[in-house]
Amino acid sequence: MARITAGIATSHVPAIGAALDNGRSTEPYWKPLFAGYEFSKQWIARQKPDVIVLIYNDHASAFSLDIVPTFAIGCAASFQPADEGWGPRPVPVVEGHPELASHIAQSVIQQDFDLTIINRMDVDHGLTVPMSLLFGQPERWPVRVIPLAVNVVLFPPPSGRRCFELGKAIHRAVETFDDDLNVQVWGTGGMSHQLQGPRAGLINKEWDNRWLDRLIDDPDEVARIPHIEYLREAGSEGVELVMWLIMRGALHPEVRTVHRFYHVPASNTAVGHVILENIT
Amino acid sequence: MALEKPYSDIPGTVIFDADQARKGYHLNQFCMSLMKADNRARFKRDERTYVDEWPMSEEQKQAVLARDFNRMIALGGNIYFLAKIFSTDGKSFQYTAATMTGMTQEDYAAMMLQGGRSPEGNRRVGETPAREGSDEEAQ
Repeated sequence: MARITAGIATSHVPAIGAALDNGRSTEPYWKPLFAGYEFSKQWIARQKPDVIVLIYNDHASAFSLDIVPTFAIGCAASFQPADEGWGPRPVPVVEGHPELASHIAQSVIQQDFDLTIINRMDVDHGLTVPMSLLFGQPERWPVRVIPLAVNVVLFPPPSGRRCFELGKAIHRAVETFDDDLNVQVWGTGGMSHQLQGPRAGLINKEWDNRWLDRLIDDPDEVARIPHIEYLREAGSEGVELVMWLIMRGALHPEVRTVHRFYHVPASNTAVGHVILENIT
Repeated sequence: MALEKPYSDIPGTVIFDADQARKGYHLNQFCMSLMKADNRARFKRDERTYVDEWPMSEEQKQAVLARDFNRMIALGGNIYFLAKIFSTDGKSFQYTAATMTGMTQEDYAAMMLQGGRSPEGNRRVGETPAREGSDEEAQ
């Protein structure tokens, strides 16, 4: 049987990818950020997950304004890194897991979550930056990935409650897959940041850390936070944090925090990162 | 009945909602076209000719040519779409964010290194900026 063993949350700032791709990760500006992921790289090398269900948002790369799915699951065998305007990132092709992805799609649709099925999609920094942070720069990614794209660009994104419940549905779906797979669920994006307008640069360290405390210990309460609080407190792009609730919903109510990291800034953004293990 | 927009009083912020997306459809789709290297080259060669291929308003076209990102956002642009324009120019998110705040990139970068823009006084239009930390004390 497949089982979800752990969840990871991390920001997915594009400048982090650029720093790594351009060999600048040891510069004084970036060093403390990458240091926050050293434990995580060693941890995941021991964990050896077979599949990651990677919750992220597309940033006008695969989805233009022609089609804007609220939740879209990638069922393809592979996904190419997207050209976001400066050429694709020099990272490996992302290999999917079509069997488990299709199983999750069928299962969660029958649990009333109407996912859009995607069989061809390029994946942008929202997905590849977390991969780089956890796996570095290998020739091939050592894991298969099921991309699950959430609309957080065109307001309104799905509610925190909806995301949390989708996570629970994904948990039930994975646990009914027959193959013996070690599955992780990752939630990405955030934390506080605003990239646009005269209020750009907003960071709310206190709010971020309180939110993270509650995500771990009282996710039911965090799931009730309305969008307007994210927009006011964590900036217009901070609303991406609802994606972390999908990860949290996919884990057990009680989890063990094995790593937690917070850093300001990466370009315009507060970086948060946490590893949660299911207590078995 | 009009949809409720509780976010309309957030200072210096335009939320990219359905109304903005409708206004900015062609502007944002023009931005998407810059994801192709050939189109980027053509745009760089003659920007005016290239933007004229898109059914944008003249105001939107002028905002693009002037790289006035606040104006583009007011006219329905979304920052992740507009990113294709500044990426084509070889500019970063931080450079562009700085231009939208009216700060130099140097000052903006220094603000970020010092922990970013405080939410104090930045939650609602017209609110009195509170002293640093007073929000914490009130709770």
